[in-house]
Amino acid sequence: MEPTLISQTIAEGMRERFPSEVKEIREFRGQVSVVIQKDRLKEIMEYLHDTPELCFSYLRDLCGVDYLGKKEPRFEVVYQLYSISHRHTIRIRAEVPEDDPEIDSVVSIWDGANWHERECYDMFGIRFKGHPDLLRILMPEDWEGYPLRKDYPLESDLGEKEWPGLKEILELSERNKAYEIR
Amino acid sequence: MITDKGAAELQTKELTINMGPQHPATHGVLRLVLALDGETVVKCTPHIGYLHRGVEKLGENRTYLTALPLTDRLDYISAMVNNQGYCLAVERLFGIEAPERAKYIRTMVSEMSRISSHILWLGTHALDIGAMTVFLYSFREREWLLDLFEMLCGARLTTSYARIGGVRNDVSQEFIDSLYKFTDEFPGRVEEYETLIDQNRIWLKRTKGIGVIEADEAVNWGLTGPTLRGSGVAYDVRKHAPYDAYDKVEFDVPLGKAGDVYDRYRCRMEEFRQSNRIIRQCIERLPAGPVMAPDAPKLTLPPKNTVLSSMEAMIHHFVLITKGPMAAPEGEIYSAVEAPKGELGFYFVSDGTGRPYRMRVRAPSFVHASVIPRLCEGSLIADVIANIGTVDIVLGECDR
Amino acid sequence: MSYSESEGIMIKESTTALVEVEERVKIIPGANTIITSIDKLVNWGRVSSLWPMAFGLACCAIEMMTTGSAHYDLDRFGIIFRGSPRQSDVVIIAGTVSKKMVPVIRRVYDQMPEPRYVMAMGSCACSGGIYNTYSTVQGVDTFLPVDVYIPGCPPRPEALMEGIIKLQEKIKKEHFKWSMWR
Repeated sequence: MEPTLISQTIAEGMRERFPSEVKEIREFRGQVSVVIQKDRLKEIMEYLHDTPELCFSYLRDLCGVDYLGKKEPRFEVVYQLYSISHRHTIRIRAEVPEDDPEIDSVVSIWDGANWHERECYDMFGIRFKGHPDLLRILMPEDWEGYPLRKDYPLESDLGEKEWPGLKEILELSERNKAYEIR
Repeated sequence: MITDKGAAELQTKELTINMGPQHPATHGVLRLVLALDGETVVKCTPHIGYLHRGVEKLGENRTYLTALPLTDRLDYISAMVNNQGYCLAVERLFGIEAPERAKYIRTMVSEMSRISSHILWLGTHALDIGAMTVFLYSFREREWLLDLFEMLCGARLTTSYARIGGVRNDVSQEFIDSLYKFTDEFPGRVEEYETLIDQNRIWLKRTKGIGVIEADEAVNWGLTGPTLRGSGVAYDVRKHAPYDAYDKVEFDVPLGKAGDVYDRYRCRMEEFRQSNRIIRQCIERLPAGPVMAPDAPKLTLPPKNTVLSSMEAMIHHFVLITKGPMAAPEGEIYSAVEAPKGELGFYFVSDGTGRPYRMRVRAPSFVHASVIPRLCEGSLIADVIANIGTVDIVLGECDR
Repeated sequence: MSYSESEGIMIKESTTALVEVEERVKIIPGANTIITSIDKLVNWGRVSSLWPMAFGLACCAIEMMTTGSAHYDLDRFGIIFRGSPRQSDVVIIAGTVSKKMVPVIRRVYDQMPEPRYVMAMGSCACSGGIYNTYSTVQGVDTFLPVDVYIPGCPPRPEALMEGIIKLQEKIKKEHFKWSMWR
């Protein structure tokens, strides 16, 4: 069967099994994505991972998307899944509202989700329940703000909200300029 | 002699040391905090983010065309593959296809990039373990390849050669001749590298049985590329979901068995020969034709001679450069290519304007850096160096 | 032996006269002696064995490695890459400087003994390059005193060598820097 049809069959199977969680099934350029609510995420992922006919053993990617102003709920966590043995793929989009940015962690199913979830927390502020150590990974640990949100500035000069570690070093280098022998 | 009473009074403590971001053997700015019990690593915590440049946020503020140079600098050792991955993802999003000649050219330069990346991997991995000669020998071939890149597109390292809908310019006959000569001589050079280290007792002692990871666990961690194939899992994006000209050339995918450092090394050495084979076939079968898709005027750049003569082409060119491909459809796509390090994926969410709404880079080095603690814990501190080399991370990609 | 200006070679002739070979460098041909200022001697020593610290951050580090290896050799300039800041004269900052990395660089620079020099290699180290984002510093000269800037993205190996030669010329012009009354 053609890959798109296989993915659509899988998506229909998911809708039968979890009728209240699956909100929408979309298809674009041959790739199928399933929009779900975040409530029974762990059960849905376990169903996809453990069922022998589906066997999604490989979590390709886990990322967040911020749809500020475009739709409610604001955030989405997108999971790209692939099965190496059966060669089929699917995309799951779990919606996360802004006032309660928490979602279940899938680290117990796929070990590789650990760092992806840390990055999602670092960049968007979405908390993952059950994650072993949810700390910032790309930004320094005492950074404030979540950079990939749409209302965060892009440019380098952050003005008053600059990271204190950087301000310290700039002051230190000003003081040490007097001792430089040039 | 230490009696029982004496042993009870001897205390040992775990030592915490920092393998800092500035270190000759971490390939870039990787920081490892190691807790040691003597020489055995008890706990290993990697800290990354020292090269985080905000590529994903920058991509949202640039058009599809101007975000291409950002991808060169992700895995800066094999820039052509990143460009190919990006252009492929955007082409799939737009629903256009590059012409045949452009596909073969892209395959050719990607395989050149793969050879170049594995050469650098071999040189630095061997240098860290102690075999310094390999570094100097292998860079000789890399210089040849970099000279070829410069002949083709003007830049040695950060090439930005592929374009949405094809490639930037056609290849010249001089380039093809020199590349063909390279494919004649390269297998002999690979044998030279193998005679240096393959059967060396020190190399075998330091790589066999180190950093072992089983197939199921490797898939669970999300490993890809030669790091995964060393454990025996036959997953290669070029075979599972062929793109460009990979379904028209013949090549094998080398697999390992034991999942240790030595098997991954053997996988990459075999990949040298397979890439060589692919380049030869591409040169022999290169079809004639245009190098840029001619049938999507609102999405790809028109040829330069029409820009200066036809009004419509000039307007399309102007809009494409200033505002980006305005006719981009709304939707999302995930597309992956087989980079030398693993599976490099791009996830785009488009909202119908000329700029991507969300550009996500699935970097293989990010996932591989997360598996370093699993490989290092329980082994000696010298094996940490071998493990970092074998998972082949590049921090530009890991931190983005 | 004396030095013949017109033929540019040493002629076998014994004399004890002082011959000025270069500006401020005199030789006594018969006595195998060179008379010069301490400035020139010390600068010549410093210039001919600049030991940089390996500080490659990003793509420019690859070009630095290529310049150090066989095709464009750096060893002929007397350059040996050292791992420790305590043993090096010059630090070549090659690559993008992120804000998280700034305290690390400053700490390593402060550990270098004087006389020390800083070279900013690549557009990102000179002025931020194409990355004007929330997490990068726009140029290394915001917190370090830079001697030579080498632009390029990445600069060619020949450009790096020209930068090193410019640094050598700058060092040759130094005056009285070796003494305790500077």
